[in-house]
Amino acid sequence: MADILRLEAVRKSYNVGMPIETEVLHGIDLALRAGEFAALIGPSGSGKSTLLHLIGLLERPTAGRILIAGREIDALDEAGMTELRGRTLGFVFQFHHLLPEFTALENVMMPALIDQGRATRAMRERARGLLAKVGLADALDKKPSALSGGMQQRVAIARALAMNPPLVLADEPTGNLDSHTADDIFALLREFNRAEGSAFLIVTHDARLAAGCDRRIELMDGQLLAATV
Amino acid sequence: MPFEWILALRFLREGRMQTALIMAGTTVGVAVIIFITALMNGLQASLATRTLSTQAHVSVRAPDDAPTPVLERAGATSVVAHIEPRVQRLRSIDQWQRVTRELVALPHVVDVSPITTGSGFAFRGNASKSIALMGVIPERYDRIVKVSDKLTAGQFRVGPGEAVIGIELARDLGAAVGDRIRILSSENRDDVFRLTGLFDLGVKDLNRRWVIMPLRSAQSLLDLSGGVTHIDLTVDDIFAAEDVATRIVSQTGLTAESWMAINTQLLTAFKNQNMTTRTVRVFMLLIVALGIASVLVVSVVQKQREIGILRAMGASPRRIMRVFLIQGGIVGGSGALLGSGLATLMVYGASFALLQDDGSALISGRIEASYYLTAAAVAVLTGLLAAVAPARRAAKMDPVEAIRYG
Ligand SMILES: Nc1ncnc2c1ncn2[C@@H]1O[C@H](COP(=O)(O)OP(=O)(O)OP(=O)(O)O)[C@@H](O)[C@H]1O
Ligand SMILES: [Mg+2]
Repeated sequence: MADILRLEAVRKSYNVGMPIETEVLHGIDLALRAGEFAALIGPSGSGKSTLLHLIGLLERPTAGRILIAGREIDALDEAGMTELRGRTLGFVFQFHHLLPEFTALENVMMPALIDQGRATRAMRERARGLLAKVGLADALDKKPSALSGGMQQRVAIARALAMNPPLVLADEPTGNLDSHTADDIFALLREFNRAEGSAFLIVTHDARLAAGCDRRIELMDGQLLAATV
Repeated sequence: MPFEWILALRFLREGRMQTALIMAGTTVGVAVIIFITALMNGLQASLATRTLSTQAHVSVRAPDDAPTPVLERAGATSVVAHIEPRVQRLRSIDQWQRVTRELVALPHVVDVSPITTGSGFAFRGNASKSIALMGVIPERYDRIVKVSDKLTAGQFRVGPGEAVIGIELARDLGAAVGDRIRILSSENRDDVFRLTGLFDLGVKDLNRRWVIMPLRSAQSLLDLSGGVTHIDLTVDDIFAAEDVATRIVSQTGLTAESWMAINTQLLTAFKNQNMTTRTVRVFMLLIVALGIASVLVVSVVQKQREIGILRAMGASPRRIMRVFLIQGGIVGGSGALLGSGLATLMVYGASFALLQDDGSALISGRIEASYYLTAAAVAVLTGLLAAVAPARRAAKMDPVEAIRYG
């Protein structure tokens, strides 16, 4: 199968040109196959989130190439990046980042709403189905503030999958959940990986959860450990 | 509904307190703007109407004789010529019947009344007073200056040999309704009139000088057989009087003066009032704009995380910007709507609260539709403009910053 993601000699520096310039990522080479379920592990400050933001097109690399679904992101303008972000990528963050003004159902509809500009019945049905799959069929019309942390993260996962993206990026999705809830969430991601065929790149500090992934990629001081690539 | 509208409406709806406050502010601002405009225009209209109850809106007369300079300029020598204005004779308007028909056909013109006027003296017993002869066609003149409404005795009936005079003149001459007075004109002709009524126009000078008589009598007394010296007219919009006068001058070649040209002080007062109103309006709009802008800026900062996640989900900066612009427009628009309602109540209330000396309302309880439309357009525009800075700020927000430190 084709690679959904390719990184070649990717570098990222902050404060470029200033005395405090620091290089966080020192030449990353990485490929992820379609449908792969991978964990990105490493100590705090090693650059995991930074790498995820580069892949998520939220930041541009200082050097190197990034290809997502075969498209060179260097060649994309802001509009192209925005579109790729909306249609090809799904995000789950440690802090759920749901929109507090909207219900669970509306939050899950949001990516499709952004993509198509206005709400449709099909959108609503897909969101309803996703929420049912994450076990929240009864909480469709609840606002995030009325949901527990685990439930909020389930909504965020359903939202990440709303556009059926080929690549889902998750930054410590279980970071602030108890271990029991964390297992549930992880199982859910795995289920979506199998059912929908999306590739997952999941940042985690939890060795036990990482062990349950197809592949473990380890980042250390801004470099990937060769053995894990 | 488009994505941007859904977000804008929801953000406003969920921002309860902030939204309520800023809407209240905009509402009051718009209401004050409409109210003060309606009040000022009402006051001016009632002041103007009062002034105009004894005046024509436009008065047309024959052009003045231009004095001809006697000395010609010769060669390089410049001559200083002092030209004495010629003493003006009474002049009648050429073909006044045709001119009258022409005037009636002009836009805005409502009523037209030919008049022959000149000066003279009134005598009764051994009292004599300097007066102004006003030769009129009573039915027509009554529509310009409502003499019949201003009678204190008798009736406004001036058949041949009859006249009505002001109460001051009546007192000066010791005359009452039914008495006879003798009028001597500046052309040295005289005639006797029986008084059929006394009027009080509210202006002493007019009450002391005017003698209203049939047009024919004035014509013969002033030696202007069949001629009229003036044509007075009224217009439907008193503030259009100057334009009408200008039009008459260019169309007929006659001299036409609007009430505005005659009452320059009143007009200057109006202009000053208008400037005051404009200043108040500008400042109100500024306050409204600052209020909307400050609330939106706070909202943008509060929603930093959400904006970041919306960006990550594929919302372009341009669309994020639109979400906040729409909020500004909605606040302005609904403020205009509510403000119009409030202003309507205020003006209605003021029409009862503000009374003139005679107990009639100083302003009418109605507001012209154009005020509402203007206020609405200006409020929406103000809302949009006020939202520009916050919206740009929202669009520029770095999604990573929002997500990383969320
Ligand atoms: N905007 C920035 N400016 C300067 N340095 C930054 C910036 N963002 C991140 N860094 C630095 O880059 C390094 C990597 O940070 P990053 O957040 O990617 O680590 P991480 O592996 O995700 O850590 P954690 O497990 O604690 O989340 C850190 O030393 C951090 O201080
Ligand atoms: Mg991190």
